[in-house]
Amino acid sequence: MPLYKEGSIAPIAADDQLAPLPLADWLKAPTQAVMLANTDVLDPLKNHMGRLKLIALQFPKYTDGRAYSQARLLRSRLGYRGELRATGDVLRDQLPFLLRCGFDSFESNQAGFGPALARARTLFSVVYQSSSDDRAPAALLRLKLRNATAEALAAD
Amino acid sequence: MPDTHFYRYDDYDRTLLSERVEQFRDQVRRRLAGELTEEQFKPLRLTNGLYLQLHAYMLRIAIPYGTLSSRQLRKLAEIARKYDRGYGHFTTRQNLQLNWIKLEDAPDAIAALAEVDMHAIQTSGNVIRNTTADHFAGAAADEIEDPRVWCEIIRQWSTLHPEFSFLPRKFKIAITGSPNDRAAVRVHDVGLRLWRNPEGQVGFEVIVGGGLGRTPIIGKTIREFLPKDELLAYLEAVLRVYNRYGRRDNIYKARIKILVHEIGVEKMREEVEAEFVQNKDTSLRLDPQTIEAISSQFAPPALSHRSAVVGAVEALKLENRDFALWLKSNTAPHRMAGYRIVTASLKPAGAPPGDASSAQMEGVADIADAYSQGEVRVSHEQNLVLPHVAVEDLPAVYAALERLGFAEANVGKITDIIACPGLDYCALANARSIPVAQSISNHFASLAKQHDIGDLKIKISGCINACGHHHVGHIGILGVDKNGVELYQISLGGDVDFGKTSLGDIIGPAVGADRVVEAVDALVATYLERRDEGERFVDTYRRLGVEPFKERVYATV
Repeated sequence: MPLYKEGSIAPIAADDQLAPLPLADWLKAPTQAVMLANTDVLDPLKNHMGRLKLIALQFPKYTDGRAYSQARLLRSRLGYRGELRATGDVLRDQLPFLLRCGFDSFESNQAGFGPALARARTLFSVVYQSSSDDRAPAALLRLKLRNATAEALAAD
Repeated sequence: MPDTHFYRYDDYDRTLLSERVEQFRDQVRRRLAGELTEEQFKPLRLTNGLYLQLHAYMLRIAIPYGTLSSRQLRKLAEIARKYDRGYGHFTTRQNLQLNWIKLEDAPDAIAALAEVDMHAIQTSGNVIRNTTADHFAGAAADEIEDPRVWCEIIRQWSTLHPEFSFLPRKFKIAITGSPNDRAAVRVHDVGLRLWRNPEGQVGFEVIVGGGLGRTPIIGKTIREFLPKDELLAYLEAVLRVYNRYGRRDNIYKARIKILVHEIGVEKMREEVEAEFVQNKDTSLRLDPQTIEAISSQFAPPALSHRSAVVGAVEALKLENRDFALWLKSNTAPHRMAGYRIVTASLKPAGAPPGDASSAQMEGVADIADAYSQGEVRVSHEQNLVLPHVAVEDLPAVYAALERLGFAEANVGKITDIIACPGLDYCALANARSIPVAQSISNHFASLAKQHDIGDLKIKISGCINACGHHHVGHIGILGVDKNGVELYQISLGGDVDFGKTSLGDIIGPAVGADRVVEAVDALVATYLERRDEGERFVDTYRRLGVEPFKERVYATV
């Protein structure tokens, strides 16, 4: 299936050295790449964050959102910094959510996926909640704005 | 025009709304161009409030915490006139539904909503829905704190939440800030009840896993007391547990109530608390300044001192019996002496419950400007509320509502019926609901009779999905289909009052559409004969049990 990353509109070649193994196989001989079912728990990966370079998560149907929670836990709780790939039924309209949960590579058969990825971060300039990207939610920006205004007034 | 006394959008909110409109416009364009299949498009349109009904698309517009300014209500009237057939339907979730929207018009209709800081985001689909609240919030005499502050905080947090936009099923949150629960918090996926603990702090009781639908379940308390600033940390924990473990193999078993039922409330609490421990004290904790900034926008209007006892009102009470009844049933105590909360009944005799024409909406907006600080509420009982009316102005408000057909003195009475759209509109329904409501409403039209019967809640659903909340009606009526014939199953004793929440008991075999009125009449007659002094219908039922009611119904029907 075509693989996309930000920075390229065309699909990119997958790194053959990083073929993800299903969790059960990977546990027997941990490598740099693992593929999780969306029902897998993350505990066994806890001590391998340094080793792992690719974790592939699955969307059996695009309406099945379990992998979003897995992604957030990997990024925000386990501190995973390697590649996080969305696989399965991955469509362009999911991209704003996927990016915010920390996914950075995407397998998709959908026509127009590459150009949509290039534009995905421009769709929403405001977000309302913190997530696993570094975007500041509106509430925090408002707070900073209020404090800056208060300081400016105090300085006057 | 008076300033609003609830949350005012700033540039951040408006930018997000307009970006959302443009995103949806592009999605509709791609659907119409055939780039998206209906299956791919469905979740996208649902989370923009567009639902496919029996005959057309329906647009479900969010009315956050049921609070509207007169300006917003006028815009809704305009949109209903321009993009629909000049009327709308207020729902049990404090939303407004337009039943005849064209797909190609939907982006423009939504753009028009954004002009008055409104939207249809997440009013349908497997997402966190519009959070509902007590419709008397900010005005009620019995209120501890205004729940809408927290609804607004939840609105922002849940809007386009990246992790929780593809949940196993829909997710509904309700909040009450009063000991008298008017938000039905025990029958929501999450119910939040503000209360003051013995140390004098106000926090939330968190109730999880309630709901009606096919499997009615009363929610369980998983947290007795949650500090207010940890609300989002706790909700994020609940949602994460649900997103990971909620069933996705069967849509009828996908709500959080089934998860709680299957793993048990103890295990649910353990899972949620384990997540919460990791979430608390993080950026999810609400900054006191953020809470304060939002709270201050809900500061009650500065109401001038007005007389609590007005000669002209007392005189009219003696002169006009309907007005006297209206004062009793359609007005409620306000936190400030000299004021009342007025409910405009959207249930005039024989009309479809909850419907309002564009002209009626504009009429209510005018009354709100003249007499209620420019503010209107939508109740989950499908009525409109004028929250701040001076006692002195009650005769004028009554007369103005009467001209609109919204002055029926029946709030809380037998003709204040909740009904779902039913088979007249809905693709899921087995039977019609609205005509049944209309015939009951016509039969009991006499106000004197209604007030003699007293408080009695009839709730009607056209199928087991229970949008009409029949499980919690004092009299519940459920439409079923038996070999192509519409029949109605009757249950008794349901209730949503806090501490007394209960589900109704089915009394026996379903009856034909032409027999529903007779059956209700038999139930009421039994009550009138057997009631003790001061007992409501549901109290008599609880005391006597089902037998005398059942006997009477099946002897006549």
